[in-house]
Amino acid sequence: MNRTGRLIMFGISAVALAAVLVKGFAGLPHFGDYTGVYGTVINGIGVTERHATDLVTALNFDLRAFDTLGEEFILFASILGVVLILRELREEREHPHQEEAEEHSFAGASAAWRALALGLIPAMIVLGGYIVLHGALTPGGGFQGGVILAAGPLAVFLAGRYLRMKVVAPQPLVEAGESIGALGYALIGLGGLIFAGVFFKNFLPLGTPGHLLSAGQMPLASIAVGLEVSGAFLVGWTEFLDQAMVIKEQG
Amino acid sequence: MHITALPFAVPLMAAALLVAVRHWSPRLVNDAVAAGVGVAVVAMLGILLARSIHAPIAYWMGGWRPSHSVTIGISFSIDPIGAGMAAFCAVLVTSALVYSWRYFEGADGLFHALMLIFMAAMVGFCLTGDVFNLVVFFELMGAVAYALTAYKIEERGPIQGAINFAISNSVGAYAIFVGIGLLYARTGALNMAQIGAALDGHHADALVIVAMALIFIGFLTKAAVIPVHFWLADAHAVAPTPVCVLFSGVMVELGIYAIARLYWTVFAGPLAAHAEELRAILIAFGTATALWGAVMCFAQRHIKRLLAFSTISHMGMFLCGIGLLSAHALAGVAVYVVGHGLTKGALFMLCGVLLHRFGTIDEQDLHGRGRILRFAGVLFAIGGLLLAAIPAVTVFFGKSLLDGAALEGRYPWLPAVFVISSMFTGGAVLRVAGGVFAGWGRPWAGGAAEQVAPAREEYDEEGISRDRTPPLMIIVPAVLLAAAILIGLIPGAVPGIERAASHFHDHAAYVGWVLRGGRPGFAPAATTHVEAYDYLYAAGATIGALALAGLALFGRPLRRRLPAMLLRPLVAAVGGLRELHSGHIGDYIAWWTAGAALLGGSSLMLLT
Amino acid sequence: MSFLPFAVAAWLFVAGLYGVVSSRNLIRTILSLTVVQSATYVLLLGVGYRHGGRAPIFADIPQVSTAVDPVVQVLVLVDIVVEATVTALLLALAVQAHKRFGSLDPNDLRTLRD
Repeated sequence: MNRTGRLIMFGISAVALAAVLVKGFAGLPHFGDYTGVYGTVINGIGVTERHATDLVTALNFDLRAFDTLGEEFILFASILGVVLILRELREEREHPHQEEAEEHSFAGASAAWRALALGLIPAMIVLGGYIVLHGALTPGGGFQGGVILAAGPLAVFLAGRYLRMKVVAPQPLVEAGESIGALGYALIGLGGLIFAGVFFKNFLPLGTPGHLLSAGQMPLASIAVGLEVSGAFLVGWTEFLDQAMVIKEQG
Repeated sequence: MHITALPFAVPLMAAALLVAVRHWSPRLVNDAVAAGVGVAVVAMLGILLARSIHAPIAYWMGGWRPSHSVTIGISFSIDPIGAGMAAFCAVLVTSALVYSWRYFEGADGLFHALMLIFMAAMVGFCLTGDVFNLVVFFELMGAVAYALTAYKIEERGPIQGAINFAISNSVGAYAIFVGIGLLYARTGALNMAQIGAALDGHHADALVIVAMALIFIGFLTKAAVIPVHFWLADAHAVAPTPVCVLFSGVMVELGIYAIARLYWTVFAGPLAAHAEELRAILIAFGTATALWGAVMCFAQRHIKRLLAFSTISHMGMFLCGIGLLSAHALAGVAVYVVGHGLTKGALFMLCGVLLHRFGTIDEQDLHGRGRILRFAGVLFAIGGLLLAAIPAVTVFFGKSLLDGAALEGRYPWLPAVFVISSMFTGGAVLRVAGGVFAGWGRPWAGGAAEQVAPAREEYDEEGISRDRTPPLMIIVPAVLLAAAILIGLIPGAVPGIERAASHFHDHAAYVGWVLRGGRPGFAPAATTHVEAYDYLYAAGATIGALALAGLALFGRPLRRRLPAMLLRPLVAAVGGLRELHSGHIGDYIAWWTAGAALLGGSSLMLLT
Repeated sequence: MSFLPFAVAAWLFVAGLYGVVSSRNLIRTILSLTVVQSATYVLLLGVGYRHGGRAPIFADIPQVSTAVDPVVQVLVLVDIVVEATVTALLLALAVQAHKRFGSLDPNDLRTLRD
């Protein structure tokens, strides 16, 4: 179809669809009048039952931990897909010249910029680690902390040293770390099956709410997911940067 | 039942392991682990199936059982149809893995890992009883499918096909998210049984209807129903063969499964008063899909695209079956899905043989060259006859159930639609069998001048000459076709499925055994027999398919004698339909919006 | 006023679809897809809001205080992960598309047609 025809058909359909959506949304309870039973029950029992103070994490890593397994593997599979799609073909060859690759990076980056970036790295790693470990206590958890953790090695790239980034975070190692994180989370579920009789049943001692080692398997799950997420994002970013910087067509 | 979560968890863990060691593990290890895990999953699902026939299983993850009929955790709510579908998915994935043993370029273990994750996602999808969990697995299936479609990155087609696939299916998934949000707001629950219980007894208002329409259009996108089907032909034309086997064999069928599951657990209660109208809407979509797919199928030259449109046509028939909203129709669809999946999988595998030997999948280019692959040709022809529902095969039993249900449901013209679709889809395959494998007729000059560029598979280059087809590539499709013929004949198989289907559609019982546990008291199911008119329809379809194939292969002088006045508008109409499949993602999403508006609007108008 | 968040969700959904349909650049198409998804976030979070509700983090506040619904927050978290991953996949495909087709205009991606 030509562009005009497409836009006309879309225009008519979109108006109709919007009307359908609004008609459906009109039946929703008013904004702010949440009266659902699921959320209320969780808010009521979350702390006493799970000894966790962050109930979003309690849902993520205990009550609905099974969903998180699927979700984490969506990330895993997608990054596998990125690796698959951006993989090196026989016609393309990694450009071995280090200096030329670095010319593409922030060659014009000033020393101040580099110093700032390098100063950020330990800060991000500490922050990421903190958020991962305290998932059950304060806002955050494996997913959020994992992304911040991944940003650490990325800052090496920002500081103008792409190939150094690959030294700090070599691909096979990061892939292995990511897989171990994914596997680790599934093993926690398996641990629930073996030690507590049901898949993903919390089999570690629940401890006292508010302490670091509480809520049973949640800190462990948080670490596994954090490892997987940071690995996945690093792998993804490395693949994209490889495409932009290092791989060149032969000739 | 302790192993309940394992058919889902084990393939995931194996996939993670394979990726962790992929830079160091040899090809044989990847093949063996993947196939081994596949067999193990099939075995576990077999056990679950047997148990669920005895009594359906409600397994609560994390041990979070419902209290006072309020669910907190996620359940696997396993009944025989779900377990059976999951087992079928696992069987097809395993056979695809065996088919690609050693000779399919494995990208250092990435292929195997992705296939295992695909299997896990499909198994979880069939077994889950939580509506959000369903979407998570839907997205997991999708992510893997998009990646696998783009497998041959050195060509242009796969990239475009994957983009169209990813964007279309993602939009569908977002519609499902919105629908789930609406249902959650109304009922405060994410468990299918609890949502159904909460909606029971209330008449469906606009919110519930819109939620239903959005959820259905999302799953219909996956099921490639008109007008949201455009992505499927693109994806099938370019995805590697083992992946196409899975797409056509089970993945699109899962869209129909989800609609059936969600209808009977969630929407059957509030929409009971308007079941007739809903039936009409679903059958309208289904009929359009069946006929459009059938016509487009016959007009294709690219054999994989031809099979893709045949799948679309069959999906239309499945949707008509589900749309009849009756237990017998459901049983018919279940049997039909099994027969169709096995047959279509085998046909795709045979296409893989052609690609491997000759490097092209274009019907014209291949004319007569398949003569050396005599056994493959026989198998291909058998596949065509199976698609036309020749009597006594599994597909035939499914069809007969559907025909009976259609007459019960007061849609007497529906079997005619089925016959026409089977004629065209079966006939197209028979035409290919005759033209390519036997060299009959003259190369058919149908179709537009610009065709899809013939795709080339990438096979392991180490010393495999293209003069020999690896035996596994012929044995596996032969086994699948044998199963497609024999399964329907196993005594007790079809009546068993009928019983399971009648339990599936027992809404009150489902709510009972999921939320409160214990054995449900099912009403005894009536089983049907094959009637005389079923044989008539099947014979009609088979003879029609053979006639169409013959006409296409040998009928050139006849075509010359047909008046141009008759021929030209036909050709123009078909040409117009083909133009719509432009490959442009903007077009596809515009059609998606139209489809969503159509389904939403007609639902709101007819179901309130 | 209490309908505004839901109206915004409906608008985002349709506006994002418009972006996908009318875009001349694959990157813009992918980002429009993100806009469609953000409609789901707004809807879900809007559904779970409670007037005067605090975050469902009970480290400092007593358990009896009203808190918003944690379940929708989990759903949105999953949603965001899904979006990030699908976007990553699509962007990788866009990179390859640029290499193979030499262009990012959907009009130029014309290998597959009937």
